[in-house]
Parts: sequence; structure tokens; C-alpha cells
Amino acid sequence: MAAPTKDTEVGVPPAAAGRFAAFTRRMPSSTLGKHALTLLVAFVVVVLVLELTGPFRNSQFATMAYYGIAAAGLTVLTGVNGQISLGHGALMAVGAYTTGLMLAAEIPLLVTMLGAMAVTAAVGAVVGVAAARLHGPYLAGATLALAVGLPGLAIYFDHWLGGEQGMRIPSPQMPAWFSDAIYFLSATEASSAKYLAYIGWVTLLVVLFLLANLMAGRTGRVWRAVRDDEVAAELAGIPLGKVRVLAFVVSAACAGIAGAVLGIVVRLAAPSGFTIVLSLGLLTAVVVGGLGSLVGALLGSALLVFLPPFVTNVGTDIGLDNTQAAQLAPFVYGAVLVLVMLLAPSGAVGVLKKLLKKLWIGRSTRRTG
Amino acid sequence: MQQFLNVTLTGLGQGAIYAAFALALVLIWRSTRIVNFAQGAMAMFTTYLALTVIEAGQSYWVGLIVALAGGLLMGAVVERLVIRPVEGGPELNAVIVTLGLFVAIQALAAILFGSTFKSFPAPFDLRGFTVGEVNIAFTPNSIYVILAVVVVMVALVALFRFTDLGLKMRAAAFSQEVSRLLGVRVGRMLTLGWALAAVVGSLAGLLIAGGSLVYPAYMDGVVVFGFVAATLGGLDSPGGAVVGGLSIGLLLSYVSGYLGSELVALAALAILVAVLLVRPQGIFAKAAARRV
Amino acid sequence: MSTLQISGLTAAYGPVTALDGVDVTAAKGQITAVLGANGAGKTTLLRTISGLVRPTSGTVSLDGNDLTAAPAETIALAGIAHVPEGRGVITELTVEENLRLGALLGSARKRTDGSLDMVYDLFPPLAERRKRDAHTLSGGERQMLVIGRALLSGPEVLLLDEPSLGLAPRIVAQIFGLLRDLVDRDGVTVLLVEQNARSALSIADIGIVLNLGKVVARDDAAVLAADDGLRHAYLGF
Ligand SMILES: Nc1ncnc2c1ncn2[C@@H]1O[C@H](COP(=O)(O)OP(=O)(O)OP(=O)(O)O)[C@@H](O)[C@H]1O
Ligand SMILES: [Mg+2]
Repeated sequence: MAAPTKDTEVGVPPAAAGRFAAFTRRMPSSTLGKHALTLLVAFVVVVLVLELTGPFRNSQFATMAYYGIAAAGLTVLTGVNGQISLGHGALMAVGAYTTGLMLAAEIPLLVTMLGAMAVTAAVGAVVGVAAARLHGPYLAGATLALAVGLPGLAIYFDHWLGGEQGMRIPSPQMPAWFSDAIYFLSATEASSAKYLAYIGWVTLLVVLFLLANLMAGRTGRVWRAVRDDEVAAELAGIPLGKVRVLAFVVSAACAGIAGAVLGIVVRLAAPSGFTIVLSLGLLTAVVVGGLGSLVGALLGSALLVFLPPFVTNVGTDIGLDNTQAAQLAPFVYGAVLVLVMLLAPSGAVGVLKKLLKKLWIGRSTRRTG
Repeated sequence: MQQFLNVTLTGLGQGAIYAAFALALVLIWRSTRIVNFAQGAMAMFTTYLALTVIEAGQSYWVGLIVALAGGLLMGAVVERLVIRPVEGGPELNAVIVTLGLFVAIQALAAILFGSTFKSFPAPFDLRGFTVGEVNIAFTPNSIYVILAVVVVMVALVALFRFTDLGLKMRAAAFSQEVSRLLGVRVGRMLTLGWALAAVVGSLAGLLIAGGSLVYPAYMDGVVVFGFVAATLGGLDSPGGAVVGGLSIGLLLSYVSGYLGSELVALAALAILVAVLLVRPQGIFAKAAARRV
Repeated sequence: MSTLQISGLTAAYGPVTALDGVDVTAAKGQITAVLGANGAGKTTLLRTISGLVRPTSGTVSLDGNDLTAAPAETIALAGIAHVPEGRGVITELTVEENLRLGALLGSARKRTDGSLDMVYDLFPPLAERRKRDAHTLSGGERQMLVIGRALLSGPEVLLLDEPSLGLAPRIVAQIFGLLRDLVDRDGVTVLLVEQNARSALSIADIGIVLNLGKVVARDDAAVLAADDGLRHAYLGF
């Protein structure tokens, strides 16, 4: 396999580039191998973190997992392929309702999650076919209509989907081997919050692993080519429409899985859980993290989970009542969206990369000079 | 038959408001090539300003003036502070900025004015006229709504057609560079365009609120319907926005009356997708080609 | 005396230096022709003078007033009218509205009374088409429209970018004749950018040749037109 291309490393002086190459030589040479190694390390970290934290944090991590899955899918669509979607909250709803229906029919969890993924991907394909012909504000408007409109179906088919009240989702049974394994690891009884957090994070890691490989390969290159210059891409023989639809399908599949995880973690699918604020929250996560970066999507989803309690506390401290304080979080999302676009459109990961590069170059030039 | 009449009349009233809202979107689109997704939130905010004034004992009309003046100011400030830096940049950036504003303003309103439903007064009677023996869904307030929208449209047409300022604003919208070479202060024209659009949007927000309930998200649907109406008419065409608004008002009123109000937003989506795929330049656009 | 004085003007588009230390003096009542091959920097020179491109160094001044850092709108108000290359017409407006924009600038500069008759007399085809959308005009009519619009602003300096582009020789002759009259009668200063070097030099007083952003020759128009070496090297006729 070819050595990984480092298109982000433009402008690094030879000395620094040499040191960087020496560093990367110690890593497995194939992209796949590198990603697999990262996956393994990440899994160990996840186990450590989940074992060292209590049920409350565990459930926060479970929440972060489904935001992370959806954000990862969105960042691939928006950042890598250049299509914006305000409809991912609605696609998560598709995943969550499918999960509810399938689990109620006592279908096994893994099959259910794959089913939720498949159904949402199918919906995504339909949306994607329409979306592939649209760009920028038109696409934003159409997907906004999707986000506002789709929850209406749950109310229209209320005998089946539970109407305004929503649909209860049975929580999956913790298998015996899982509690045994946890007992073996930490000598404690596994809580259901922990079980859900494991489901979420294992799913998240698998999704990230698959997306990372997709992005590093030919598919990712083609997506980026279409985003950067559609005329050039078309001249190069890339079928624009198909490529865009594929990106939408992949992204929707992620949203479907995220919806499934949300369903089993929250145990309820209701229209009020999938408002436009959810879609815009996901957008905030990927924009703040840095469009097109999986690490950024992960950082962004951490923000979605850990920021609200923090700002809400600040709000009550400065004398807001509870309902007012609860609104501070969306206020901060919105303000952050605007500020990031004005001050640092490349997001957190972009800023970090720039800083690191500066440090790196600074150090190596000091040594050589 | 009577239901059909009532649904039609309701649709016309709603359509007039969507038309105004779509017109506000078109004004901004023409001058800056940005769809202002925050427009509904801005209108919601100024409606709350009006409500605050009215609850403090002032008349509806003082509230109206406060809302429109608030819209003017807000539009200008928003353009200067957050839109100017992304104008002419990648289109996704502008979209994201307006969405950020949308969320932030909505949350701010909830913090300042509360998230509960509040009723907003209507300046005229909300009981339908009686024709013969039948009470129809057309009220003195509906007449006010339609008249208000018509007055605003006529004023805008007069501004753009017959005044020097209007000419400069149009020139700045169509060709910034040539306008600057002709001494037109393009920056000021764009600010003014946003401010005017926000006034029209505020009026739409106020008219929708009249005689019904307001809460921070009450304009969310209107943003979608207004956008669909504007796209239907061709985002570039003010006349198209008006016809598009009326059509959407009628269509959605039929969907709501005969199929169920939950499906209204989905119907709007279906109309939007159909328009964009079948006739992307909109029904009334002059220019033949448009990239959507 | 409206003299346009440009010294040491340097401008770049990212890494591409389009103008490199250009000195030009365009004297009142004279036509100064700026010639050069494609990509020589002629358009950039005009765009930098009118404030559309920011120079990296150098100055532009009109009668001693420094305009280097001024925004394009201010420069237009000061009396420098730039007729841009190709797309100067606002096609979405009518002929009359395009002209009104020029007249508005003229009244703002207190030079003209806002009447459009002068242009309609000069270019009868425009008078016949005054209510039409400008996108229905032919190339020649568009050129008349942009020049007429510039004249309505009562300019001190006229910057013309390839006014002959795509026009029939007869119309070029008409427009150039008109320019000459205007300069001789009203004492306007003209900076005329042209590909069509032969006809430009035939009406110009002074000629300047740009190559790769630098001034490589500067002389009386008649002398330049007679200089065979230079003609072959830079002007291609
Ligand atoms: N917007 C731009 N961005 C980048 N480079 C530019 C831009 N405009 C011009 N250039 C470059 O600057 C140089 C000078 O261009 P300019 O348009 O001034 O030439 P010109 O003399 O007017 O040519 P022509 O006779 O073809 O009109 C060229 O190398 C051109 O490629
Ligand atoms: Mg040129």
C-alpha cells in the first residue's frame, strides 16, 4: 500500500518535514494499519475512562457517543463533500423510531441497529437524490424543511408511532458475558448506564474507523474533489450526482445508527426530541470542531454534552431561573457558530493544527539554525 | 362548499403574510446572495418587543412602531457586525452564520421573555363576517392583514422604481463593482437593504402573531414556508415572492384543512423539492439559468 | 489643472506581481494611451487607480490630492470615472436607469444638472432604447452606454479600458473621434488602455508601453507609432 499522503503538511520546511517523516516511519506504513492501531488504543482509553467514572458520567458518555456518531456522519457530508444538511436531526428520528419498532418486535439489538441504519440510509438516498442537485442556501432550506416537516409524520401516524407523547423503546437486556467481563475488569457490578455507554462507544469507534478509512481512500479523494471544484471534477469524469448521493447515504446511515443509540439510551422517541435545535446542535459540533475532521466531530460532540450543564450552572449562579438558564446552552451554540465562522472558520482542529505546526517549525528551526 | 370557502379565505390571509416574509428574504438575497435563515427569529424577537410595550399599557399601534423600528435597527446591526465579514465568501459560511443567529436569537428571546405561550392582541375584530346566514372565516383583522401587506409592497415598489435611493440600492445589489465606480456607497446600501428587509420581516411576524399565541419558536414554520414561497417565485423576483407566498398560503391551507395540520411542513417540503427539481429558476424568474 | 500623477505603483494578486513600480503622468487635456500585450497589467493599472485594487506601494494623486488609500466611491466622487473592460453595463437595469446613475454622481459632484439629454443627443440609438433593459443592447450600444454614463458624471479624468473591444471599425472611429473632441473642448484628462495600438496611437498625445507590469517605453504617440522595433517587440503590428 502507498505511504499516507499528507496534504495538510504544505509549507513545512525540509528539516521539519524530515523529522516528521522519521516520526511517521515508526508507525505502521499502511493507512488501514494506522487506523486499526488508533482504534485499539482508543478502545483501551474508552474502557479506562468508563471504568474510572460513575454511572452519571457513563450516561453522559453514552449521550456523547450518539452525538459523535451523527456529527461524524455530518462532518463527512458537509466538510468533505461540501453539502450542508440541517436535516440530520430528522434522520436520527428515523433511526430512533425504527429501533423502537424493531426492538418492540423483539428483534436482536445488533440486527435492530443494522436495520435502523439501513432504513435511514434508504431515506437518505431519497433525500440525497434531491439534494445532489442543490447547493448552499437551497440545500440548507430544503433540509431545514425536512427537519421541520418530518416529525409531523410521527403525529400523523400516532396510533403507530405514539403521536406527541412519543414511543417507548424497550431497553435491551444486558448479556451475562458483559457483566462477567466488567466484574472481571473492575470487580464491580455493571450498571445499565455502563452497558449503554459501552454500546455507544464501541459503535462510535467502529463508525469512526470505517469513516476514517473511507476518507483516506479513493472515495474520500473523490468527495473532496467534488467539493473543491465541481467543474474540474466533472471534467475528470467523476459522476457528480452519484458521488453526492453516496456521501448523503453514508452520512444518513451514520445518523440512523446515532438515532438507534439515542433510542436505546433515552428509551423514548418523541417529536420534541428531534427539533431543529438538534440538527443545528450537530451543525455546531462539526463547525466548532472543524469541518471535515473526525477528531473535530468528536470534540464538538463533547461540547454538546459537557457544555450545557456548565453554562446552565453559570446561568443559575448569575440569577437566572431554571428555564432561563436552560436556554443559555443554545444561546452559546448559536453565538459560537457565528463567532467560529467569523474568527476561525477552520474550527478547533484547524486552529490546533496551525499552532502545532508553528511550534514544530519553531523548534526545528531553532535546532538547525 | 362552506369549508372550501373558509379554507381558501384563511389561506389567502396566511398567504399574504408568507408573501411579505418571502419578500424580505428576496430583498436580502438580491443584494447579498445570502438567504437569511435568522429572519424568522429576528421577527419573533421584534414581536416580543411589541408585546412588551403593549403589556406595559401602550396601544397596538405603538407596539407596531416599536417592532418595525426594532427590526430596522436589528437588520442594520446584524448586517454590519456579522454578515459583512462573510459577504462574498464561501456560501456555506454565510448560511452557517445566519443559522447561528437563528439559534442565538431564539434562545435569547426565551431568556428575556420566557418560553411560555403568550397571547398577542389583534387590532381588529377576530369574528368572521356573516354573509346571509353563514359565518365565514374572513374577519376585519384579515382585511387589516392583507391591507398592511399591500401597503408595504406598494411602498417598496415606489422606493425601488421611483427614487434615487432605490435606484442606488438596486444598482448595488446587481453589480457592486460598477456601483462603486459610480460613487454609490455600496456598503451603506447593503446595510439599508438588510434593515428594510428586517422591517418587512418584522411586520410579517407581527401579523402572524395578531390574535394568536407567541412563543420563541413560533416563526420556525414560517421561515420554511417563506423560503419555499420565495424559491417558488424565483429567489430573485419580488413579484414572484408575492405570488409564491399567496400560492403557498392557499396550498398549505388546503393541506391543513383536508389532510391534517401535522402534514403542512412536509407538504411545503414536497412543493419545494418539486419546484427545485422541475423548474429550478422558479416560476417567475426572468433569467433562464439558475444554479440551485 | 487636472493632472493624474502615478508614481512607483506596485500591485499584486497573491504571488503574482501585476504592476511593478509604474510611473505615469496623465496631463490635463491630453489622451495618454497605455499599450501592452495581454497580461501586461493594463487593466490592473486602471483598477488600482480607481481604488478597486489596493496597491502594495506607490501613490496615486489627482492635482496633488493623494487618493491612494481612498475607497473606490470616494475616488469616483473626486472625478475619476473608470469605464471598465467588458461588463460595465448593469444589465438588470434599463438604459435610462444606467444613465441616471451617472447623472446622480454628476449632481453629487455639482458638475451636471442631472439631465440625460446630452447623452441622448450624442448617441441617438440610446435615446430610442431608453426604456429597454440594458441586457438587450448590442455590444456597440453597451459601449455607448458606459461611455455616456461616465460623461454624465462630469469627470476630470476618464479611464477607459479597451473601449474598442469587439466593435466595428466605424463605431471605434466614432467613439475615438468623440473622445478627441471632448478632450480638446472640455480639457478632460484621458487614460486610454488599448490592445488596438494603431488606432489608439492615432488619437493619443502620449503613449506608454507596459510589459510584465513595468513601463518599458514612454514617448509621443507619433514617435511610438513610428518606432518599428518597439512595435514588433510589444505591440504586434
Ligand atoms: N483577479 C486576478 N487574480 C489573479 N491574477 C490576476 C487577476 N487579474 C489579473 N491577474 C494577473 O495580473 C496580470 C495582469 O493582468 P491585467 O488584467 O492587468 O492585464 P491586461 O494588460 O489588462 O491584459 P489584457 O490585455 O488581456 O486585458 C496577468 O498576469 C493576470 O493573469
Ligand atoms: Mg485588460
